[in-house]
Amino acid sequence: MSASGFGVGRIRWNWFAVLAVLLAVLPLASETNTPTLLAIWSLFALSLALMWGYAGIISFGHAAYFGLGAYTYAIASFNIGESTVPFLLALAVPALVAAIIGAMMFYGRISDVYLGVTTLVVTLILNRFMNATAGDAYRIGNARLGGFNGIPAFPTLNVPGDPTTQIYGTAYYYVVIVSLLAAYLICRWILASAFGRALIGIRENELRMELLGYNVPAYKTAIFAVAGAMAGLAGCLFANWAEIVTPSVFGLGQTAEVLIWVIVGGLGTLVGPMAAAVVLGSLKLALGHQTTIDNSLVLGAILVLVVLLIPRGFAPSSVAWRRRFAQSQVRRRQARGKRRRRIALQEAEP
Amino acid sequence: MDFAAIVVLEILYMIAFLALISAGLAIVFGMMRVINLAHGEFVMLGGYATIAAAKHGINIYFAMLVISPVVVGIIGLIVERLIVRFLYGRMIDVMLATWGLSLLLIGLVTLIFGNTAVSVPAPIPGYQIGHYQMGGYNLFVIAVAALLMCAMWLVLRYTRVGLVARGTMQGAEVVAALGYNPSTVYMLTFTVGAALSGLAGGVMAPLTGLLPSVGGAYVAKAFITVITGGAAVIAGTLSTAALFGTVDQIVSFASTPVLGEIAMLALALVLLRLMPQGVTGQFFRNST
Repeated sequence: MSASGFGVGRIRWNWFAVLAVLLAVLPLASETNTPTLLAIWSLFALSLALMWGYAGIISFGHAAYFGLGAYTYAIASFNIGESTVPFLLALAVPALVAAIIGAMMFYGRISDVYLGVTTLVVTLILNRFMNATAGDAYRIGNARLGGFNGIPAFPTLNVPGDPTTQIYGTAYYYVVIVSLLAAYLICRWILASAFGRALIGIRENELRMELLGYNVPAYKTAIFAVAGAMAGLAGCLFANWAEIVTPSVFGLGQTAEVLIWVIVGGLGTLVGPMAAAVVLGSLKLALGHQTTIDNSLVLGAILVLVVLLIPRGFAPSSVAWRRRFAQSQVRRRQARGKRRRRIALQEAEP
Repeated sequence: MDFAAIVVLEILYMIAFLALISAGLAIVFGMMRVINLAHGEFVMLGGYATIAAAKHGINIYFAMLVISPVVVGIIGLIVERLIVRFLYGRMIDVMLATWGLSLLLIGLVTLIFGNTAVSVPAPIPGYQIGHYQMGGYNLFVIAVAALLMCAMWLVLRYTRVGLVARGTMQGAEVVAALGYNPSTVYMLTFTVGAALSGLAGGVMAPLTGLLPSVGGAYVAKAFITVITGGAAVIAGTLSTAALFGTVDQIVSFASTPVLGEIAMLALALVLLRLMPQGVTGQFFRNST
């Protein structure tokens, strides 16, 4: 998997600016509820794309950190009220849990399939546990965990320092968009740094990096924690959007969806998975409005077809297609030139 | 005394349950290094086949022991030809493709049967131990699992078919040079694995009832049983099924079934960390 065509640390600033302006004026043209949700999903996809596409760490349980972010925010905001600290905790707790689980896995040299199982099992444990926390016995401070029904009606985000002014509607849309764009820039910065280059080296050849003297488990644990924090941020934003958290944030469905977005968008790119989250997320919402075709049927079919036909995902493949097309144009032009020369020669001969 | 008997019976049942639902996955993973994440849906389809057949007046034992394996085996054959055979050797891609397949099958079954629970009554009545009422059908499940494990062992160890299958997994080129087509062997192995999943689904159907999404409950348990079991198909599955079944039931009796399940999952995490190659990578190395 070469990164050719995707300069590791290059941002196309002009495209970035155009997109930022478009996102900024979007509330003038449409309602912001759905775009907010799509941006949150996009952020979630970005967190997995960073870890899986660049460091080569596959997680079948990325929803664990998304859910931890959501639950941490809900529980902390019940107990604290003012939302700044809960917001920061919603990044810190998933990052810490990811660091612990990551260290357990990577220092134990667990890789590929076993990595998949371990991450999956962690998510399942959280899901089972949260589902079983109905009743008064399960409470953290003022927050009842609520089992299958989840935690409703916690205080949502407010302007930092002013608990009476809540952020919602269009203002909340801007909070999410700024988080998304900032997270994207942070990812780019990570990838352009020496740390990011070492990660790509690990993806390409772990043994070689180890022999060059890099502490591979430490690098992997670090990126696992970063991706966990980012997923936690997405989860926290989701909790504030939905205004309720239920154990389904830990569900297999959530994990499957983010995997599908990343694989469809393309491994080794950031924009691809983010765009795929928006497109497939919209498709999911559209399918939710009707009952003839089942949502998971469509998602499943897309995943199977992408793995079979374009296993590198859309973004890298489209670059390859464009290059192939350009080459075929060049070849055609050369052939035409050769033919013309031959005809000219033939005419000149007699 | 009665209570002890019940605990032992429940532990045995749990072990049988784990072994039964893991057998199909174990064959496919142990022999071909292919992880089939649609395994839970194969089990689910087996259950639906049994219930549909029973509703049409077919004898329920015939339905679960013959119709379910045949139906799901055929589905497995189609899946192998259409999807899995292009992905051998690409472990992660197989997992992703079969995960997609699992979602697809859930959607398809929801379309056909609707998103409502269906069930069929257990054909064996319960019995009494002291003050406790026990499900008689559980004993049938234990018997089926025991027979299945013996049959798998005998086939793999002592028949020509088993020899060719094991040979292909160790060295496909050598087997090809001796005149067997590895592609056919893979195809048949996957089909047999699917058929066993169908059998598990059929046998479990009267106990659990069915929803299109029920596969998720099976695949996680089967998955950890097989992966922590390691490469040896039967020894691995049996040893981890015994371990997990015992832990799950003892913790369940001591507290709640949910904590039992969590204890089982946590134990799987610890085992994976300590023995990344599975239990049979550490012990019972030369077993089947």
